[in-house]
Amino acid sequence: MKFEVFITLKKEVLDPQGKAIENALGSLGIQGIETVRQGKYFSIVIDEKEKNKAEKIVKTACQKLLANETIEEYSFKIVK
Amino acid sequence: MIANIIVFPGSNCDRDIKVALEKFQIKCKMIWHQENELPKADLVVLPGGFSYGDYLRCGSMASKSVIMNEVIKHASTGAYVIGICNGFQILTETKLLPGALLRNYMLKFICRRINLIVKNNTTPFTNKYKNKAKIKIPIAHNEGNYYADEATLKKLEENEQIVFQYCDENYEINNNGNPNGSSLNIAGIVNKKQNILGMMPHPERCIENFLGEADGIPFFESLLK
Repeated sequence: MKFEVFITLKKEVLDPQGKAIENALGSLGIQGIETVRQGKYFSIVIDEKEKNKAEKIVKTACQKLLANETIEEYSFKIVK
Repeated sequence: MIANIIVFPGSNCDRDIKVALEKFQIKCKMIWHQENELPKADLVVLPGGFSYGDYLRCGSMASKSVIMNEVIKHASTGAYVIGICNGFQILTETKLLPGALLRNYMLKFICRRINLIVKNNTTPFTNKYKNKAKIKIPIAHNEGNYYADEATLKKLEENEQIVFQYCDENYEINNNGNPNGSSLNIAGIVNKKQNILGMMPHPERCIENFLGEADGIPFFESLLK
């Protein structure tokens, strides 16, 4: 089972990289961009057919290593 | 006094801290991160550097290495642990210290001498400094922006866990003197029991008068007290 995992800084944590990218997009003349937040993306294949079990494995990976929950939050979805 | 210095792939201040500790007659053993036992020691040092090339998040990979289980055990006995720079990042990633170190607010690597106030001189690491001592110690980091939520910051203040704070040329604690955007200008903290210290500045880099600044000397003398 294949997962897409996204890690982003929590809303209350400032993201200066996202802000710099946001400003750069503005200076390129790209209209309509309100905010940009930068994050991380992981593609993970789990050797498990049962959805609940596979999700549990991904969740554990996020909590134990992929995200630092002091500053980050995670989300994931199944792609295959 | 005996110290174990943990060496990760990418550590680059491990020999600097060894030179500094030995100057103060502290015996050092270098411990590779894959070891699963720590020799008996009074102090464990997590040195500065770029462990695991800063992959994922600074300090995150190192915090999961085999030896860290032993470091956590060592810390739980009340023995001393010092994390400098990358070591501080590793300590927050292992949750031995609260909070996290974010990318510097201005997105720049900063390498310069900085003014600090010793906010708490009653810790085992700062007892040779005067109360509110004004000192200069070098910093060299890209991710030193200390972050913790409001409740944690309040606790740090209440329990006097803030040890070093960044300040300006006149030793005022304000935004001007904050190089990286750290909450409350925090440059170093201890745990509640005061046996674990994490700090971004490098005291091991200022222990010789001929180098211009030697404000790191009382730091190492404090350990001997």
